[in-house]
Amino acid sequence: MYAYIIRRVLYAIPILLGVNVLTFALFFWVNSPDDMARMHLGMKRVDQAAIVKWKQDRGYDKPMLFNPKASGIEQLTDTVFYNKTITLFAFDFGNSDDDRNINRDIQKRMWPSLAIAIPTFIIGLLFNITFAMLLAFFRATYVDIWGVISCVILMSVSGMFYIIGGQYLVSKLLHLVPISGYDHGIDAIKFLILPVTIGVISGIGAGTRWYRTIFLEEISKDYVRTARAKGLSEFRVLFRHVLKNAMIPILTGVVVVIPSLFMGSLITESFFGIPGLGSYTIDAIRQQDFSIVRAMVFLGSAMYILGLVLTDISYTLVDPRIRLE
Amino acid sequence: MIITLPSLAMAVLLLAACSKSPWNNPYPAGEAGQNILYSSFSERPKHLDPVQSYSSNEYAILGQIYEPPLQYHYLKRPYTLEPLTAEVMPQPYYLDKQGKPVAESSAHVAFSVYDIHIKPGIRYQPHPAFATDVQGHPRYLSLGATELVQVNSLADFTQTGTRELIAADYVYQIKRLAHPKLHSPLLSFMGDYIVGLKDYPKTLKQAYAAQIKTNPANQFLDLRNYPLIGAEVVDRYTYRITLNGKYPQFVYWLAMPFFAPFPAEADQFYQQPGMAERNIVPDWYPVGTGAYMLTRNDPNREMVLERNPNFHPDFYPQQGEPGDVEHGYLKDAGKQLPFIDRIVLKLEKETIPYWNKFLQGYYDSSGIGSDSFDQAIQFGSQGDVQLTPELQAQGIQLSTTVQPTIGYTGFNMLDDVVGGYTPARQKLRQAISIAIDHEEFISIFRNGRGIGAQGPIPPDIFGHLAGKAGINPYVYEWDKDQPRRQSIRQAKQLLAEAGYPNGRDPKTGEPLIIYLDYSSGGPEDKAVFDWFRKQFAKIDLQMSVRDTDYNRFQEKMRKGTAQMFMWGWNADYPDPENFLFLLYGPNAKAKHDGENASNYDNPQFNALFDKMKNMANTPQRQAIIQQMLEITRRDAPWLWGYYPKEFVLHHEWLYNAKPNHMAHNTLKYRRLDPQLRMLKRHEWNQPRLWPIFILFVVGVVSLIPAVRAYRHKEHRPAVSSGQGVK
Repeated sequence: MYAYIIRRVLYAIPILLGVNVLTFALFFWVNSPDDMARMHLGMKRVDQAAIVKWKQDRGYDKPMLFNPKASGIEQLTDTVFYNKTITLFAFDFGNSDDDRNINRDIQKRMWPSLAIAIPTFIIGLLFNITFAMLLAFFRATYVDIWGVISCVILMSVSGMFYIIGGQYLVSKLLHLVPISGYDHGIDAIKFLILPVTIGVISGIGAGTRWYRTIFLEEISKDYVRTARAKGLSEFRVLFRHVLKNAMIPILTGVVVVIPSLFMGSLITESFFGIPGLGSYTIDAIRQQDFSIVRAMVFLGSAMYILGLVLTDISYTLVDPRIRLE
Repeated sequence: MIITLPSLAMAVLLLAACSKSPWNNPYPAGEAGQNILYSSFSERPKHLDPVQSYSSNEYAILGQIYEPPLQYHYLKRPYTLEPLTAEVMPQPYYLDKQGKPVAESSAHVAFSVYDIHIKPGIRYQPHPAFATDVQGHPRYLSLGATELVQVNSLADFTQTGTRELIAADYVYQIKRLAHPKLHSPLLSFMGDYIVGLKDYPKTLKQAYAAQIKTNPANQFLDLRNYPLIGAEVVDRYTYRITLNGKYPQFVYWLAMPFFAPFPAEADQFYQQPGMAERNIVPDWYPVGTGAYMLTRNDPNREMVLERNPNFHPDFYPQQGEPGDVEHGYLKDAGKQLPFIDRIVLKLEKETIPYWNKFLQGYYDSSGIGSDSFDQAIQFGSQGDVQLTPELQAQGIQLSTTVQPTIGYTGFNMLDDVVGGYTPARQKLRQAISIAIDHEEFISIFRNGRGIGAQGPIPPDIFGHLAGKAGINPYVYEWDKDQPRRQSIRQAKQLLAEAGYPNGRDPKTGEPLIIYLDYSSGGPEDKAVFDWFRKQFAKIDLQMSVRDTDYNRFQEKMRKGTAQMFMWGWNADYPDPENFLFLLYGPNAKAKHDGENASNYDNPQFNALFDKMKNMANTPQRQAIIQQMLEITRRDAPWLWGYYPKEFVLHHEWLYNAKPNHMAHNTLKYRRLDPQLRMLKRHEWNQPRLWPIFILFVVGVVSLIPAVRAYRHKEHRPAVSSGQGVK
């Protein structure tokens, strides 16, 4: 398994490099270093000398990908791309274009994101699986039919509606929790109830239908019939046998997102005033801060790859037939 | 034990029920009844270093912390400067090239000299840069790497100190404009005025490079060792600024954070190795002498300003403008400032939660977003602005003021179709100016918050004339004591005289197409485009929108390739020069990278501008401004647009909330009644639980058939009767 993991990590290097090249090309396709300088310096009374100085201080005065004036390897290394890329692989993101240490900002902002994402993820997962099993149990009855209809309705509603509607109903009309805001420690709970509840509810439709499909597929298999024939209760059949055997497709969709949880959610954090990482990338794109954009894209890609590796590893834990070679 | 969402929610609700604070209170319960002002900000301030900061959202914070020598009188209008840390208003004297004194009116004036005397006894906020050990040596100015291991923010430095404000701090800050590691937007502009500042960056750059070469770890460049001719210390409490030529508007800059003091110790403190890696920089942790100090800077969540314990004696003004007594703005006359102990600024990116929190009493004042406008404002039968009955019942108060800002639609005067100065082109632009009904624009897109502009100078700025004398006769006529836009018939007539009868080019017979260059913010701008098309269609012209991204739009503007565009200007200072310079030829954007976006360049106007800019506000200056306005109105490089009107709401427990668009340090004048606020919050935010219980009961009831069905299924025999094994 270790050889497999090492191999996957090595595979990740060209993938990350490719993602970085794409990010670089797309970003500078839209924004030139001069545009970035103007955005950072402001629009009033800024002259070309100030723009040139800003670019020099941040290394954006160098050629983008290839430096014809340099010699040897420096033709590649004395470029914006190399200087902004190489340290990423050591997870040293350096400073943003407005001179803030990105690593520290990420460390600080990931906790509020996790404070929402982890409970939403866990509660949502438990609720969706339970609800899906309930529907599977009552398949082809009024519970199943109305459950599926409800799921489709829940899926059809925009995420924004849940947020605005939830804030209006729970905070404005019923005065039960604050509309938005955040605090640290135990005081954070009252701010998290609403976004977590909304996060769970908005995910019920898609999640439940997905798990229901998996369970229904499992229920039709022979081992389930055997279990029933042995006289096991339907509850035990579902939770002891079907659930266990349905873990592989569930893990495929679940484990892969775990490492990315701390990246946060833009809309939720924005509406609820949560100081997480959700808006970090979007704010950086708006402010044309390439240093943050490339750091966050790199981190997101790395986390996704990590999620895939973890998914593979998790297969071996739930299914003894699988071996990673 | 599995903690389910409903059980967790119920537990928290029960916990909240035990609290005396409303459940939806977003602040700690212990803050109830405290003298704290709650406000918000919608985006992180980019800079808090006064040498780099140049935007109004940053000034709203910096203005409370840093104290330049001058400030704007809080109540008087028109806006009036007065001393802040200065003893008196500085009066410039003038020198010729040889340094001999000459009269202000002399043609030989080569330099203007401002000697600024600051008040003794003013002290800085507590800050670790001033901390000393028992021997009196600086405690934190030569930190080693090990001492920073546990440090993550400024608050981790346990000791603080203070010292008296001295003239050298002001000079140090002026030198920081040219610091090689900083990017001050004002450097280039002030380099033309402050003697020696143009070449000073080169001096500092060389010195810094030499210093880094010898000792790469030493990032602190002690600017005290590098003299600047135009900014020098005269004595402990006096410094001198020498300007090239005359620049009477310079005093306005002395009320801006660019010219606030910055202590060398703070610079040395922040430049130590390891500080920048921890984001402990002056751009994040300001240090000033103002009424408040920034004690928490977490701009992704909140920023907290607390009363500076070392703040110098400062008092509420005793005089204002007519009407201030009636509005209650002089009730606190002569009382010591500030009134409020703490100011909590919360990040609110979305307008809906922000607005609802204001209505719940969790913000003390608020602007009005377009999506909540109808909920807040209604227009009376005479078109007068009123609060809706719901807001009136809450005791909310409204104040409206015209901002020293202009939003305009401009023509690129370099363009082959709409540019140029011939009578035909003038008439084409005048015709379009008449057709585009900005009053309608204000009504539709700004909810009536603005007034049609008659020229570049907004109300409350010298040079603006109200009434008939102030109207633009090329677009409006005076009718029943108010300006009325000229008729479309007149616009068509002008268009025909411009060579486009019925909106068609006689040479080609094709309709004339005017292009509006625009950087749209999203699909909502489509309504604006449609509206513009409709306006042009009134005079049989066609309009096409060239919608590009922000960077491309800016590039077009810089290169002078746009045709028509929408632009705006927010006053730096309340002087007509700060608006008329937007039309001054040598400021043209395409040729000189200036702020004249329409590239208007009329020699007659330029000559009058040169004459007007250095004059005091006299009738002669007014007369020259009138001439300039006449020229530009005839040339019509802009459609003139509108002056935005600001609507601000505040709760009845907030006092002295007079809008002041020039002053930045206004929070020290505000006063609160926290007890009244606490009562109102309780009254308005009583929790309603009955829908939750109903929901719970419905949920339980709906499960009963399912449970019964389950039980039935579990107890059903595997093989029904009559189906036995054969």
